[in-house]
Amino acid sequence: MAFLEIKNYNKKFGELKVLKGIDLSIEKGEVVSIIGSSGSGKTTLLRCINFLETPDVGEMILDGELLFSDLESKKYTEKILRNKRLNFGLVFQSFNLFPQYNVLKNLTLAPTLLIKTKAKKLKEQLKGQGKKFLEIKKEIKEYVNSERERIEKEALILLEKVDLTEKKNSYPCELSGGQQQRVAIARALALKPKILCFDEPTSALDPELTAEVLRVIKSLKEGDRTMIIVTHEMGFAKSVSDKVVFMSEGIIAEQGSPKKLFTNPKTEALKNFLANTGDKEGN
Amino acid sequence: MEEFVKVISQLASGFSVSLILFTITLITAIPLGLLISFCSMSKVTPIRIFTKVIVWILRGTPLMLQLFIIYYGPGLVGWFNWSSLNTGWTWFDKTFDPRFIASIIAFAINYAAYFSEIFRGGIQSITKGQTEAGQVLGMTKGQIFSKIVLLQVIKRIVPPMSNEIITLVKDTSLAKTVGVLELIFRAQDFLDDGIIWPFLCAGLFYLIFVGLLTIIFNKIEKKLSYFKA
Repeated sequence: MAFLEIKNYNKKFGELKVLKGIDLSIEKGEVVSIIGSSGSGKTTLLRCINFLETPDVGEMILDGELLFSDLESKKYTEKILRNKRLNFGLVFQSFNLFPQYNVLKNLTLAPTLLIKTKAKKLKEQLKGQGKKFLEIKKEIKEYVNSERERIEKEALILLEKVDLTEKKNSYPCELSGGQQQRVAIARALALKPKILCFDEPTSALDPELTAEVLRVIKSLKEGDRTMIIVTHEMGFAKSVSDKVVFMSEGIIAEQGSPKKLFTNPKTEALKNFLANTGDKEGN
Repeated sequence: MEEFVKVISQLASGFSVSLILFTITLITAIPLGLLISFCSMSKVTPIRIFTKVIVWILRGTPLMLQLFIIYYGPGLVGWFNWSSLNTGWTWFDKTFDPRFIASIIAFAINYAAYFSEIFRGGIQSITKGQTEAGQVLGMTKGQIFSKIVLLQVIKRIVPPMSNEIITLVKDTSLAKTVGVLELIFRAQDFLDDGIIWPFLCAGLFYLIFVGLLTIIFNKIEKKLSYFKA
């Protein structure tokens, strides 16, 4: 079984059927690009994978665990959804950095909050063991402090990776769009998601800033990092992907290696799409 | 000179009543307004509609009328009389004039309605992307509100809130209509002696206080200008 299996995902908004039976499997370490014209359902699929939308029908299995099933989805509480979401990271088209925090805090905020939740649990545990109040307090403090140090260290490593170490104390409004998106990528990585998703990461950027973001995404393709990238950058999709998925009108019309899709499109829809994006020559 | 000291000391005592009315209204109307704003954004339709109707009534009728209804209403329907109100707590009854209590209730409810609309506008103006960014990072609803949305909302609502709060300073003078001994009431006392300048002095009291508030709000705005939201 593949690392990520999506079976028969269907999603309606009112009367509008946006996803009409999506089957997709992704192997560990694979980089998958999703292409297709606007309104084909790419972003909705990505949002369904990230539990920002709930599919009406379908199931999803990640790493052997049933993560989503339409039979159970009504029973998902906020807490359950939260834990499911943590399997994925998402980089938004419009960055969505937290404007009131500097770059470093943007990275460390969420992990720190998770540690605080864990610390609360640990406290209950220690209480259960009948430890003294002061002892517990000391132990929790040590735990939180050491975790904080670890989180900050890891955040700095991530910032180095996206080449923004010197901007760690800057606020989002002081950064260019490309820099903001690189921070957003680092922020998504800070929680070590099993799969990192990108929702048109360069669509809101000026052309000259696109390259730096694409370079960073490319550099992440290492080891067994699994990524799903919704993109309009055909050249990028071609060069970075192990697999390209072409969506049209709510279904996956074609999928396969970039070479196969770009040089030898089978469906009319893909042929038209590639002709319109001016990128059918393929190489 | 003796007259001047007498006037100023009376005005000062009136102003202290106005100031207390202002302060208590502010610290009760803000949390109440927040509660109302949440209700007006509720997913439960009856709660939302009920809240909107209440806000409509509170913003759509004069504060003076609301003050009259709260002060005279209970007596007219034979429920209780504010003037003979006796809570049984000696300290409370001695410290607070029932007229004053009625005014605070009317002011707090009325201003909570105005604040709630400012809060609602502020909260809804924060893009969905901020909430979603928090969600995909595993934050709870409470954390998203307190750590991400709140400060951005505060930054956006400082200008409209300062407007509303400055209006409240002057609206406290309406409490005079139910006999609260606030600043204008005290200034009017001197009319019987044919002296009119205490009114101008009263105006100065308001002006100076509003000036102070303006400086404070400017400071807050400046303090929050380090980020764009």
